[in-house]
Amino acid sequence: MSDAIDTNELLTLVPKAQAKQSMKDFKSDQEVRWCPGCGDYAVLAAVQGFMPELGLAKENIVFVSGIGCSSRFPYYMNTYGMHSIHGRAPAIATGLATSRRDLSVWVVTGDGDALSIGGNHLIHALRRNVNLKILLFNNRIYGLTKGQYSPTSEVGKITKSTPMGSLDAPFNPVSLAIGAEASFVARTVDSDRKHLTEVLRRAAAHPGTALVEIYQNCNIFNDGAFEVLKDKERAEEAVIRLEHGQPIRFGADGSKGVVRDPATGDLEVVTVTAENESRILVHDAHTASPTTAFALSRLADPDTLHHTPIGVLRDVERPVYDTLMSDQLDTAVEQQGKGDLAKLLAGGDTWTVVG
Amino acid sequence: MTSQVSSPAEHADEADGARENGGAVGEQRAPRSGSAPRASHTSPTSPRSRTGHGPGPRDGSGAVPDGSERGESTRGEGESEKAVRRLDRVIIRFAGDSGDGMQLTGDRFTSETASFGNDLSTLPNFPAEIRAPAGTLPGVSSFQLHFADHDILTPGDAPNVLVAMNPAALKANIGDVPRGAEIIVNTDEFTKRPMAKVGYLTSPLEDGSLDGYQVHPVPLTTLTIEALKEFGLSRKEAERSKNMFALGLLSWMYNRPTEGTERFLRAKFAKKPQIAEANVTAFRAGWNFGETTEDFAVSYEVAPADSAFPTGTYRNISGNLALSYGLVAAGHQADLPVYLGSYPITPASDILHELSRHKNFGVRTFQAEDEIAAIGAALGAAFGGALAVTTTSGPGVALKSETIGLAVSLELPLLIVGIQRGGPSTGLPTKTEQADLLQAMYGRNGEAPVPVVAPQTPADCFDAALEAARIALTYRTPVFLLSDGYLANGSEPWRIPEPAELPDLRVPFATGPNHELPDGTEAFWPYKRDPETLARPWAVPGTPGLEHRIGGIEKQDGTGNISYDPANHDFMVRTRQAKVDGIQVPDLVVDDPDGARTLVLGWGSTYGPITAAVRRLRKNGTAIAQAHLRHLNPFPRNLGEILKRYDKVVVPEMNLGQLATLLRAEYLVDAHSYNQVNGMPFKAEQLATALKEAIDV
Repeated sequence: MSDAIDTNELLTLVPKAQAKQSMKDFKSDQEVRWCPGCGDYAVLAAVQGFMPELGLAKENIVFVSGIGCSSRFPYYMNTYGMHSIHGRAPAIATGLATSRRDLSVWVVTGDGDALSIGGNHLIHALRRNVNLKILLFNNRIYGLTKGQYSPTSEVGKITKSTPMGSLDAPFNPVSLAIGAEASFVARTVDSDRKHLTEVLRRAAAHPGTALVEIYQNCNIFNDGAFEVLKDKERAEEAVIRLEHGQPIRFGADGSKGVVRDPATGDLEVVTVTAENESRILVHDAHTASPTTAFALSRLADPDTLHHTPIGVLRDVERPVYDTLMSDQLDTAVEQQGKGDLAKLLAGGDTWTVVG
Repeated sequence: MTSQVSSPAEHADEADGARENGGAVGEQRAPRSGSAPRASHTSPTSPRSRTGHGPGPRDGSGAVPDGSERGESTRGEGESEKAVRRLDRVIIRFAGDSGDGMQLTGDRFTSETASFGNDLSTLPNFPAEIRAPAGTLPGVSSFQLHFADHDILTPGDAPNVLVAMNPAALKANIGDVPRGAEIIVNTDEFTKRPMAKVGYLTSPLEDGSLDGYQVHPVPLTTLTIEALKEFGLSRKEAERSKNMFALGLLSWMYNRPTEGTERFLRAKFAKKPQIAEANVTAFRAGWNFGETTEDFAVSYEVAPADSAFPTGTYRNISGNLALSYGLVAAGHQADLPVYLGSYPITPASDILHELSRHKNFGVRTFQAEDEIAAIGAALGAAFGGALAVTTTSGPGVALKSETIGLAVSLELPLLIVGIQRGGPSTGLPTKTEQADLLQAMYGRNGEAPVPVVAPQTPADCFDAALEAARIALTYRTPVFLLSDGYLANGSEPWRIPEPAELPDLRVPFATGPNHELPDGTEAFWPYKRDPETLARPWAVPGTPGLEHRIGGIEKQDGTGNISYDPANHDFMVRTRQAKVDGIQVPDLVVDDPDGARTLVLGWGSTYGPITAAVRRLRKNGTAIAQAHLRHLNPFPRNLGEILKRYDKVVVPEMNLGQLATLLRAEYLVDAHSYNQVNGMPFKAEQLATALKEAIDV
């Protein structure tokens, strides 16, 4: 187990695995039914591969999903799981996590599930900081309903439901999460197993809600949507890899960097020179203020995905809802004693009728 | 319990001794055979002593007068002699502006009355606006209380006494008050503008429109301000205590114990001792006003209703409080933590408030972002092994429908508490109705049967909650508990049960494999059912070896794996229905002492008015049978047979005939609907007339 995961005290409430686990232990007996070539396979493999590292008893792990292609995920994990209804997974998982602190609860959702029909539950889970790990598979399209535009599709998207192009501006899930008071926000890409696993590790290590946006290719209805971030040559210029404590540089030989414009306070991408090198922003995921993380999330161009930051944008400690709820129960027992039913029922003014 | 359908009343009606004008009659709640029990009041107050010192310490000699005969006596030695008239029951209505504190006044009078040992029934009635425009008709808030020396079933049809704090209150309520009744009006408010606001061109106190009533004009505001002049309060602050002055006056009129109210005021305003004392002073001033002024020549006594109650310890309880206690008790009896997911909505929010105070019972309350999240969180907790509950009202039920369907598919225990209010849409949030029965029965996509349980009196909400929990836990199913606004806010005495009397609701979690595969290996099948109940195992996360996945997609029988097989779907649909149809519920009991040809069948909160109406009919020599349904889905096994026994079946409902529709569909019976959808409970007299007409047709 990595040091990072050990820092999450809440994980000590979850029983550990008795024996060493392997990826195989987390594969269920169900045939995986995503389209061949779907990005979901890679994410599934990465999660199944990461779970043994987490080292938790698998009966204490629960995957909860909504509706959509990605939401079939729980069926393929040999843990407890619930494939629920459209958009509601964060709400259902909240009930489970807040009533059972001995469980490690993961939510699997998509861009339609989390940001359209279930937008309300997502933002409130983030604001409360319930101890959930939310994996948001973003393919920028509705796959299960066969190809309508989604709330993350670029403006002008031609789909079955928008033959003349979509009209609505997309959400940037990372910006949205930061705006919703999220304590942990990260972005990764389905095809980068190593990066994806590292982000999962960091999410697992975070006490509270962790939102991980995973760019995921839908090879049937939106193929190549993230190609610019995957293609080796173009990715160098398009992807900004964030690492805590490191200067934010990218491009060939780190030729590009992110600096703060002293006039507006906003962030901008510059070509690194001897003069401006000292001004290159050093990434601090743990800073209390969300301002810089938000500004970083806005560097990406929603159409071309140029200057897309990946990695952990924000990772701060904030009181966890489950813990606070549990503490109130303990306090109530301390102050009033353990509940006595007979006493409760006979409270208030009473009178007695004797035979 | 006092809430069961009773055997024939021994003496159904005692109206004769009551005020002649009242129109309402007393109805026997639960007749007892044998000698009447004695009452021993544990509340610290006793009825006012005969020496008549008013509120404050008493000499303790004030025993309850012998209630064997009614009549007048005179009070006091060395004081102005005032007659004390004995009554068997009284209906009082306090009415005022929303800001006048009428609900509090009614609550206090109720507490005094409960601690005195009368039987009682209450009907709060208030606008949805927190502060409707002052002095207007829509802003009128009222509280009706019926109390008696015998058992009663309803808050009463028509008040014997109306307290009207302003012209709007008089105008809004006078139509319900029969001539001859007493009206206490706050004359200070009967000035030109407030009267004009509600369309009184001349003062009803002077223009003869109140002829025939016994009007007591009392300058309540002036008297209150006068009584509080020592306190150095502003006029506005002092005025606020006028409801306590009125309460004091009424407490004198009806010989109510007063210490409870004084204690209550001091506790309520503990942080503002000056305000506390001002209210106590106003309260006492009201009492003393009654004692001394010539206008009130008579006070009344209503003896404790000892013979109406079985032996036990009692308290007064509202439906929502009883329901909340029922949920706490259900968690206790099931040995499971209670988890409430809720979103505030009238008239259900009180349950959220109440349960949030009982964290020391391990009760978790989660105020969600919306109705859908509220039930979602509850369902998540049910998956984790909690006794999960969501509380709401009609519009909230609509929002929860999809998740209820998921719970049907997942076959997890879940209580959906619907406190019905006027609909459709936002409707009448603070008024009562029974129009969500069909929504509870059918308001989901697909074949999604859900058991429905309905309480019938405020105190019965406790038992109904336990019964709903029993069904949910035993059969692993969502269950509707359908209360309504009248039960929620109304109150009555409740015999407090001992925890040992409560049902054992414990059910086992799955702990190991439940199926042997053809190759001899053991497996856990999440949808392998109990052959008796058809319930599937409740295997909660954290149990090793039972890892499984469930969802809203159709499942293969047994394994629970996704299945699109047509025959399997047909089988699963029928099996889920069979599970609900097979739920064991008690047979329906019919009360039919005279071999009647007509049956009146109700459900939910109409129990009180229907039973009262039935007693009236029987007293007048009309035979009628009565039965009341607690279980709406499934119906009791013997219901069909009972319906066939009668020539006529009349179904009174506060909707347009929803139960009648179900009965007609299920049993091909020509059920006659009698409906009222005006936001108020039935009045017993009106119902009696309707039933009589139905019988005579």
